[in-house]
Amino acid sequence: MARALINVPAKAKRGDIIEIKALMSHPMETGYRTGPDGALVPRDIINRFICTYNGEEIFSADLFPAIAANPFFSFTTIAMESGRIAFRWIDDRGQAHLETAEIAVE
Amino acid sequence: MNRVLKGFAQAAWFGGALSLSIPLAFAESPLSERKFEFMSPESQATQQDDFSNPGMLWVAEGEALWNAKAGATGRSCAGCHGDAAVSMKGVAARYPVFFAGSGRPIDLQSRINVCRKTNQDATPFPLESRELLALSAFLGKQSRGMPITTGEDKRLEPFRARGQELYEQRQGQLNFSCANCHDGNWGRKLASSVIPQSHPTGYPLYRLEWQSMGSLQRRLRNCMVGVRAEPYPYGSQEYVDLELFLMTRARGMPLETPAVRP
Repeated sequence: MARALINVPAKAKRGDIIEIKALMSHPMETGYRTGPDGALVPRDIINRFICTYNGEEIFSADLFPAIAANPFFSFTTIAMESGRIAFRWIDDRGQAHLETAEIAVE
Repeated sequence: MNRVLKGFAQAAWFGGALSLSIPLAFAESPLSERKFEFMSPESQATQQDDFSNPGMLWVAEGEALWNAKAGATGRSCAGCHGDAAVSMKGVAARYPVFFAGSGRPIDLQSRINVCRKTNQDATPFPLESRELLALSAFLGKQSRGMPITTGEDKRLEPFRARGQELYEQRQGQLNFSCANCHDGNWGRKLASSVIPQSHPTGYPLYRLEWQSMGSLQRRLRNCMVGVRAEPYPYGSQEYVDLELFLMTRARGMPLETPAVRP
């Protein structure tokens, strides 16, 4: 895992519904494909995505081999307080990628 | 589009043919008839939002490579060229260009490798590698929205003509030329996919089918395999001539890199 693009509005009014987008670069290797040598390419997918808002989980997802490479999530939440929105992707190799964004709520 | 389809329907009617009939004369479509709207609204939306366009992952990677020192000289691209938003603005919109060093046209990917070899003293990236696609996507992005200007150099003319020849030449087991589908039958369907007009305005682009970024050469290879012809090796002069011809006929259309296609 290397690169992620996240979009969180920098500012919002209290009570506003805000849209959050997260795009992650990952091959999402299904484990069903064979390589040039005829052997199966081992499965390597992101199996879990979690988003927290000031430490509280607001969105999470389990991912499966049928999901395409470079998974993209878009979801909404209500802006309650200023703070940090954190994103975590965990793959089959146990690697975790963390990204954070700050939001100011007036 | 209607005119073309009507002409086509008449040809089929008078010929009494139920099989695929192909008009004999091919004409380049006038600018007003060129379409961007071949894709589903969902795919268009994916391309238009930089936070949902997966091609932007490659652009971000390309930016990092642009600023990274490489090779024996320890120089980065930015070390010579500075801010790409200034120095590379409009550059991708005129490729392939005539390269005096070889006396032939050169495409953007190979031009990046020439710079890497001669000015950075670094190993060139393999064609179609993630790094090279990332750098070309980053450079393409600097010209996004600008009109394509390829082919203004008079020295390119014989190579453009050769590209056109290849485009109109029947090939492969199915014995189709590029023009058979993309000039003669654009707007119609090949299985469930709409046949586009072959204006390569968004390369390198993210193809959902590939689940990855790819160059125009990869796309050409795709069509050649489709008609069961032997594809050229990556980087071959035939591909560059074809690229030159296709980009020249897309002149005036805005560059879309990094585009998203089904």
